[in-house]
Amino acid sequence: MIDAVGNPQSLLLLGGTSDIALATAEQYARRRPLRIVLAARPSERLEAAAERLRGTGSTVTTVPFDARNPDTHADTLDKAFADGDIDISLVAFGTLGDQEELWTDVEAAREMAEINYVAPVTVGVLLAERMRKQGHGHIVALSSVAGERVRRSNFAYGSSKAGMDGFYTGLTEALRPSGVKVTVVRPGHVKSKMTEGMKEAPLAQTPEQVARIIVDSVRKGRELVWAPAQFRYVMSVLRHLPRAVFRRLPF
Amino acid sequence: MLTGWGRTAPTMAEVVSTPDVETIARAVRAAGDRGVIARGLGRSYGDPAQNAGGTVIDMTALNRIHSIDVDEAIVDVDAGVSLDTLMRRLLPHGLWVPVLPGTRQVTVGGAIGSDIHGKNHHSQGSFGSHVLSLELLTADGEVRTLTPEGDSAELFWATVGGMGLTGIVLRARVRLKRVETAYFVVDNIRTRNLDELLEHFTDGSDDNYTYSVAWFDSLARGENMGRALLTRGNSATLEDLPKKLRKNPLGFDAPQLMTAPPVFPNGLVNKYTITAFNEVWYRKAPTKYGSVQNITQFFHPLDLVGEWNRVYGSAGFLQYQFMVPFGQEQAFRRSIDKISASGHASFLNVLKTFGEGNAAPLSFPSKGWTLTVDIPISPGLERLCRELDETVLEAGGRLYFAKESRTTPEMIERMYPRIDEWRKTRAAVDPQGIFRSDLARRLNL
Repeated sequence: MIDAVGNPQSLLLLGGTSDIALATAEQYARRRPLRIVLAARPSERLEAAAERLRGTGSTVTTVPFDARNPDTHADTLDKAFADGDIDISLVAFGTLGDQEELWTDVEAAREMAEINYVAPVTVGVLLAERMRKQGHGHIVALSSVAGERVRRSNFAYGSSKAGMDGFYTGLTEALRPSGVKVTVVRPGHVKSKMTEGMKEAPLAQTPEQVARIIVDSVRKGRELVWAPAQFRYVMSVLRHLPRAVFRRLPF
Repeated sequence: MLTGWGRTAPTMAEVVSTPDVETIARAVRAAGDRGVIARGLGRSYGDPAQNAGGTVIDMTALNRIHSIDVDEAIVDVDAGVSLDTLMRRLLPHGLWVPVLPGTRQVTVGGAIGSDIHGKNHHSQGSFGSHVLSLELLTADGEVRTLTPEGDSAELFWATVGGMGLTGIVLRARVRLKRVETAYFVVDNIRTRNLDELLEHFTDGSDDNYTYSVAWFDSLARGENMGRALLTRGNSATLEDLPKKLRKNPLGFDAPQLMTAPPVFPNGLVNKYTITAFNEVWYRKAPTKYGSVQNITQFFHPLDLVGEWNRVYGSAGFLQYQFMVPFGQEQAFRRSIDKISASGHASFLNVLKTFGEGNAAPLSFPSKGWTLTVDIPISPGLERLCRELDETVLEAGGRLYFAKESRTTPEMIERMYPRIDEWRKTRAAVDPQGIFRSDLARRLNL
């Protein structure tokens, strides 16, 4: 249960090796140790992350999760909920990929779409079902400003984020009467393993900065946030630019 | 969506509201794996009367007063009857509800489940100590009659203070007090600081009063820290009353001046508004002996305003109440110091002493000091509360389940050393844990 001052007792990270997800878990755990379930493909990285979180005094378990195989998602979530209620669940998995390959190679495009759109949808349906049944819960979906107005340089990735963003902003409304809350987070460029080697974009954030925004938004019950907050206004302008102008922008 | 009086941590449950005991029993028998819990008027601050994903039985529909035995001073009453209704019905007979908390808007069932106390704890004990018998609907769907002594005593005392987790209290027989009037003879003392206040509580003068409580200024610092208004009184006899009140000595008029509208912004209750409020409140009440006050003046000034919890805005608030045994005055002082130094504003600040506790393993009051503060939810509040938890625990004290909304299972485990004994009793009567609440989940009760 989330208590009166916003301390959760359990946390599920779908994308259990995501830098943002782990930074979020760490921030919760530093305030008060809790039960953390990491769902990701089994790897050394996953075990190391679990071990590091255990250092906070939290109870950490891992559950195998393969985003590309939707048939296994129900089983993954059953395991994740097996030890009791999940107060907060982060949908934090995704892939960036080579943007030119993503619109020229069928296989690469399909795999990206499955991970970034199909899997968040199936996982979202399953999470919503379980949280409605437990009568409480908070889902945090990591979207991206790239989905708010897709642009030439990463439109394939952006289109998948636009899709999942639409699903979760809609889910926010669908779940409102049930008491389950959804927060959609739209970060800009985040300096993480996902963007390693990329040129840093303006308003770039660290995973810790995004995590702080997540923790704060969940506590305040905010449903749609940008990271950093200024992106809300930047995107508002970009969304309304004529295509002829937008096309010429240098990014 | 249900919350407690603090309006924090809402969760969803299916609410069943019926005066029919058989329907309630059916709901208990049909409870799924999310369980069932009784709810009264929702005045607990945290989450004991909500049950995420499960069933909540609204007990206020079960509200008959079955009989009032004036000669024996005993009332037989349904659990959903409020103490307000009960008091109004009893007064014309010269009978008085033995324990009244800071609001009359609580049910008899809730009073037993939380084993509530009032300003008279040092002289009369808590609510459970006045219950002669109660009917408990247990997990098997049967109704058992429990008494404080005899074969059923163990389950009786597990139910008193048991936060509804042993079953649903349907009905109770309660021993009443007799009064000549509906008024109180009150002495007010204004003290300059905490030392002076504690001195009044411990110099033996408290024994002269049935009721005794202090309001203190939570923001005063330095030599004014803990400056307070001590209010002590006794039920007035006919002779105590001025002539014009003698015509109708048991008359009771509880006006509700207004209902707070749902428009208060977050942050209205802050350090500055409270400092101003505290100053006025402290100044307006000089030391005065022997004034005659009515029930609302003396007992329940907050009941003058309906839905007053809205004043804190949508973020809600919490109430922190703890007790520490006598002899732990240093810890008590330290706690008050921490609160006034923290800058977290509180205007409902109550301090009093408890008398002996009763046999219930989870009952809150026991011999010592108790302190209550109301604080709006804001950043940093958790840190203050955690520090207070540590101080209270070290001093051998504890927190009150009816107010609790944020501590940890580990804390409760150590604050209530008899909790395993209570768990055993509960497991015997409800092996599957059908009776469940968010509080029970959160604190692993």
